[in-house]
Amino acid sequence: MDSILKMSMVKVQELTKVFNGLEAVKKISFTIEEGEIFGLLGPNGAGKTTTISILSTLLSPTYGTAWINGHNVITDPDGVRKSIGVVFQDPSLDDELTAYENMDFHGRMYRLPRSERKKKIEEMLTLVDLWNRKDDLVKTFSGGMKRRLELARGLLHSPKVLFLDEPTLGLDPQTRRHIWEYIERLNRDVGITIILTTHYMEEADKLCDRVAIMDADKIIAMDTPENLKNLIRGDLVIVKGNNAGKLKLISETIEWVRFIGAHDGMVTFSVDEAEKRIANLIIMAHEAGVQVDSIQIRRATLEDVFLHFTGRNLRAEKSNGIEKMRMAWRAMRR
Amino acid sequence: MEVVYTLWLRSIKRYVRSKSRLIGSLGMPFFFLAILGMGLNSLFTVPGYGKGYMAFITPGVVAMTILFTSMFSGIQVVWDKRFGFLKETLVAPVKRTEIMLGQTFGGATVALIQGLLILSLSYFLGVHFSLMSFLIALPYMVLTGISFTALGIAFASQMEDMHGFQLIINFIVFPVFFLSGALFPLEGLPSWLRNLALADPLTYGVEGMRFGLLGVSQISPVTSIVVLTSFSFATVLVGGFLFSRIRL
Ligand SMILES: Nc1ncnc2c1ncn2[C@@H]1O[C@H](COP(=O)(O)OP(=O)(O)OP(=O)(O)O)[C@@H](O)[C@H]1O
Ligand SMILES: [Mg+2]
Repeated sequence: MDSILKMSMVKVQELTKVFNGLEAVKKISFTIEEGEIFGLLGPNGAGKTTTISILSTLLSPTYGTAWINGHNVITDPDGVRKSIGVVFQDPSLDDELTAYENMDFHGRMYRLPRSERKKKIEEMLTLVDLWNRKDDLVKTFSGGMKRRLELARGLLHSPKVLFLDEPTLGLDPQTRRHIWEYIERLNRDVGITIILTTHYMEEADKLCDRVAIMDADKIIAMDTPENLKNLIRGDLVIVKGNNAGKLKLISETIEWVRFIGAHDGMVTFSVDEAEKRIANLIIMAHEAGVQVDSIQIRRATLEDVFLHFTGRNLRAEKSNGIEKMRMAWRAMRR
Repeated sequence: MEVVYTLWLRSIKRYVRSKSRLIGSLGMPFFFLAILGMGLNSLFTVPGYGKGYMAFITPGVVAMTILFTSMFSGIQVVWDKRFGFLKETLVAPVKRTEIMLGQTFGGATVALIQGLLILSLSYFLGVHFSLMSFLIALPYMVLTGISFTALGIAFASQMEDMHGFQLIINFIVFPVFFLSGALFPLEGLPSWLRNLALADPLTYGVEGMRFGLLGVSQISPVTSIVVLTSFSFATVLVGGFLFSRIRL
């Protein structure tokens, strides 16, 4: 058993978490090899943070178990804690301390010897371009700077596995791309294993060697981004028309068209050799009495894979409302 | 030890940086000393204590400063829960009890410094004592700080909400202060009140400091040190236990 465990850096077995009757995560299993970047992609409330919390020993699972670097999260939490670095979804810096002091605190908590601590702090703060701001109080930092500082802090003690819970949430595109570069560089240069959660499909696509798509407490698909996208044959054609139901019916009568999903009056199909056949498709729609307002052709993304599996968009418009409700609910617990 | 020191250092840094907290929490004890002390000083002297009312309440007001500061320092724990910093400490490979001890010593140190500030203030207001009497009073100040910080942390680890925490601590701190004999002598109290005072751990802190600073007390300093030491152990144990059971 031990030798099997040694091979994978992370092994998750039927992990389940129930919060007062609500199943946040249900029997998820996966393994991650050393040096992989593994993504958990899913909408709000899918259970990504819950999974990370269990793997980082902050929560205990209701059922199932997991090993990190050969240490069991239930029976050997200390072994797990020594192996991991975590960047949480919500801020976790001390605002009243400087960037350097936050790093120093962390280094001492992980018992880095003084000289190594100093060296690594400088190295990490330089990596995230914060060395020149090291003596400023964190409360004077922007959101992106705080995020970079958290990233630097998570790496300070050279963990074997790094957890990044929504590393770029709420950041501007430029900062986001910067953070992506850091993550890729780390993985390439240091060979660190990374688990990241996101609900940005382009982030998962760009960074991850493998992606697990989560929806409502389960993993619904898991593979390399390439293979996932290849699940959708052909190109995507998104049609906006006045009768989505009829459009769907048409697709069922043509063998080179497959229905993927419908949302906000738009219907998504996958079409073999779409450029050649698009004119045909419009004519057929017209003959069926559907008025086509607009049409768009593009390559499949992970977003479409999600749509393919769930019939819903990854970032539904309602997510804002749901997010607000969850915030209110969280506030109530306080 | 490193971990305890790290947490301690953080408390001290935060304390030194928040001037408003420093000054704000000295306000009330200062008014007690300056107004109550001076106002009543000329009116009467407490029998058995030669030096006047001001000197009589000085140990009480120092104890009060330490009590308030140490109990309220538990708010740091609620704050850390609320603003996420607690997660940073909880995923580190360290024992929860080490974190709790660090917080306790940090809070107690801050409380002690506040107490010393009030004590030096009283010196300027005319309450004079020797270095020796100060050194005798010091252990009572330290133990009062440690025990009530641990108690504050015990409450904080059960709570999520800062206002709730402040309410509860106010609810506890005022009776503990007024029953402790900080403002009046225990002698000549009706027996029910006297019994309540004897059940109040702060009484032993006040009496110990009074013995040190004034050389007279109604409870023997040995009894006081024994009671305070036991109380400190008890609160640190309870606080450590409750803290290690915090769930996010
Ligand atoms: N401490 C808790 N107590 C009760 N329910 C919880 C708790 N934490 C999370 N949940 C619930 O578990 C489910 C999964 O939440 P989780 O935070 O893991 O989702 P997520 O995938 O990280 O979402 P997001 O993208 O919004 O961060 C949600 O329905 C949430 O309301
Ligand atoms: Mg989350």
